[in-house]
Amino acid sequence: MSLSMEGIRPHYPDYSNAPMQRHFSPYADNGGSVVAIAGDDFVVIGADTRLSAGFSIYTRDQNKLFPLSKTTVLGCAGCWCDTLTLTRILTSRMQMYQQEHNKTMSTVACAQMLSTMLYYKRFFPYYISNVLVGLDNEGKGCVYSYDPIGHCEKATYKAGGSAGALLQPLLDNQIGLKNMEIIGDSKLTIEKATNIIKDVFISAAERDIYTGDSVIINIITKEGIKDDKFELRKD
Amino acid sequence: MFRNQYDSDVTVWSPQGRLHQVEYAMEAVNLGSATVGLKSKTHAVLIALKRASSELSAYQKKVINIDEHIGITISGLTADARILSRYMRTECLNYKYSHDTVLPLNRLISTLGNKMQVCTQRYDRRPYGVGLLVAGFDDKGAHIYQTCPSANYYDCKAMSIGARSQSARTYLEKKIDELHNAPLEDLIKHGLRALRDTLPPEVDLNTKNVSIGFVGDKQPFKILDEDETAPFLALIEGEERRGGGGGPPDAAAAPLRDEAGDQDAPREPVPQVAMDTD
Amino acid sequence: MFDPTSNPPPFWQNGPAPGAFYNFPNTKSGPSDEFQHSQAPITTATSIVAIKYATGVIIAGDLLGSYGSLARYRNCPRVLQVNENIILGAGGDYGDFQYIKNFIEQKIVQEECLDDGFKLKPKSLYCWLTRVMYSCRSKFDPLWNNLVIGGIQDGEPFLGTVDKLGTAFTDKIICTGYGAHIAVPLLREAMEKNPNMSKDEAKALVEKSMEVLFYRDARSFPKYQVAIIDQNEGSVIEGPLVVKQNWSLAHMISGYN
Repeated sequence: MSLSMEGIRPHYPDYSNAPMQRHFSPYADNGGSVVAIAGDDFVVIGADTRLSAGFSIYTRDQNKLFPLSKTTVLGCAGCWCDTLTLTRILTSRMQMYQQEHNKTMSTVACAQMLSTMLYYKRFFPYYISNVLVGLDNEGKGCVYSYDPIGHCEKATYKAGGSAGALLQPLLDNQIGLKNMEIIGDSKLTIEKATNIIKDVFISAAERDIYTGDSVIINIITKEGIKDDKFELRKD
Repeated sequence: MFRNQYDSDVTVWSPQGRLHQVEYAMEAVNLGSATVGLKSKTHAVLIALKRASSELSAYQKKVINIDEHIGITISGLTADARILSRYMRTECLNYKYSHDTVLPLNRLISTLGNKMQVCTQRYDRRPYGVGLLVAGFDDKGAHIYQTCPSANYYDCKAMSIGARSQSARTYLEKKIDELHNAPLEDLIKHGLRALRDTLPPEVDLNTKNVSIGFVGDKQPFKILDEDETAPFLALIEGEERRGGGGGPPDAAAAPLRDEAGDQDAPREPVPQVAMDTD
Repeated sequence: MFDPTSNPPPFWQNGPAPGAFYNFPNTKSGPSDEFQHSQAPITTATSIVAIKYATGVIIAGDLLGSYGSLARYRNCPRVLQVNENIILGAGGDYGDFQYIKNFIEQKIVQEECLDDGFKLKPKSLYCWLTRVMYSCRSKFDPLWNNLVIGGIQDGEPFLGTVDKLGTAFTDKIICTGYGAHIAVPLLREAMEKNPNMSKDEAKALVEKSMEVLFYRDARSFPKYQVAIIDQNEGSVIEGPLVVKQNWSLAHMISGYN
């Protein structure tokens, strides 16, 4: 009887006699969004530069795009400490491959390796939304997206990270031309892809507090990687 | 076959205070084809003579990339060199992983020296039968290091190891004062001339048997391919060779010739030191 | 009494616990291979305030070691010179900080023994500490600290931070703990108005931040130290400095009791 009465008493941690428990979580959500769009002979990837935790912004100028080779770039959002570790290991693995095989790892091989590396930590995963882009063996743009434990899916456009769920439907409509009534047959150009990325990040920054400050865009063609930067709202 | 009673094991001293097994291992370096390393204040260059073990095989790779700032050339047992280069690559990668910067050359060489030394002090090991020339660039500038099977290593201005390398060293000693301020192109030219001096007169350098690697400030270690090697070879082509070019070899060159690894089968090493200890 | 924060009462005494057939009184279930990892900090230090100015870096931290809400130790220095081009500040568990300080010092001594003229650079220490913190968090045995690394790397000022998870980033302004909420907006505003601060301007700004933090942060202390590293003047640790206090406003604040 008294047990049920006690059970519904509200709990105030500050007035409790129980020892204060502060449990440790190895993960943090540091936010960030990544958007990638592939074309016939190019691929464009953008990531915002805000690194945050809860309501505080750690820094407004954090690049989340990691060039792995002249034709491959990885975009990461999520747990920043995992991102730092994963990308350090990846760059080491790229160098080892280069030295062992006397050639740079292709984007396709990179995509498979990333999946394997993520699944290797299946029971203590890297908490990251990864989007890997590059040119495939035929020189066509490609986008690979991953879940934290290594599921890999090839696509032509993808949004990931804290505003991923907000942006994917927008890309479905604008790039995938889903639910479009009159579809022109205009080909996707670098300019159009870049502009769409800029637009979707403006939308994301309006609605997602973990996305903002600015966007760093990498445009990958067979000539190499070109950098672009674009300011977003900073509040 | 024993040359004397003190060379059955690396751990056995001779009464003269020598480790014969280690000295024999040093001879393995002289069996490999020659390689030259030299540096200026801005660059370090490695040039190696490649050879093919048979008509049917490809030329043996002599210049190996270790990290963006380090490369090596080898002379001696290639298989041992592979183990050492793998070790050096791992050390460089680990340092870069944890310190976000390249491993200083002297630190790499001293850990390598420590690894190699173990093999000269244990009965269940054999010394590495390979000599390395290590070229690198770090905050303290360009470096050329030489390592030996005895686990000694030397910080050099220029060095050559391998079959008939004395001729190359003689050339380098003569030019040593010019090297410090030389631009990269001159450095490569000096290296090629030094290497050419190790060849018997009837053989010359060509894009197939020469390997060039260099490193410098903001210049990652680069191994030139055949097309990139050709222009450098052209620069020294037609120059008069030491010892009289196409003419009959002079007396000094004659005894060196039978050591020329390029054509001859490996001969039995006859270390001088082993001869006078009976 | 049932307290929702504690475990529910057992179903019956000495009965089989889930997963065990018997539970005899006065016996343990066997030798335990469990290991108690640190789950919470004990003696803690509060904020670190750090900014990068035109030619150097300033890191400030007060001298208090708190034991929960008790201001227990009043002389806990937590900014230090690592070598001639690195300074470091730490917040969080003071014991963990001393442990980290110890092995950084060991690393520096080892390096000096090599005597090869190479000195650890701030980016290298920053990266290395990130790896250390990450590997401890991955073993569920975190070092409960926020570390702030400042220094001069190849003639340029460097400022970076690592937390207990191994989350690391560089910025012109870094504040940890309560300072991340109170001092950062202050510093960002000042930095926006004057992006190329001189050393004196930067020092004044840090002093102001420490004052505001002392008023606002219940775990802070008026005595603090400041480490400064400068391209031209080398590094110094100043202090203990004292916050200029003015409580003349205090009597006007009422209505909270």
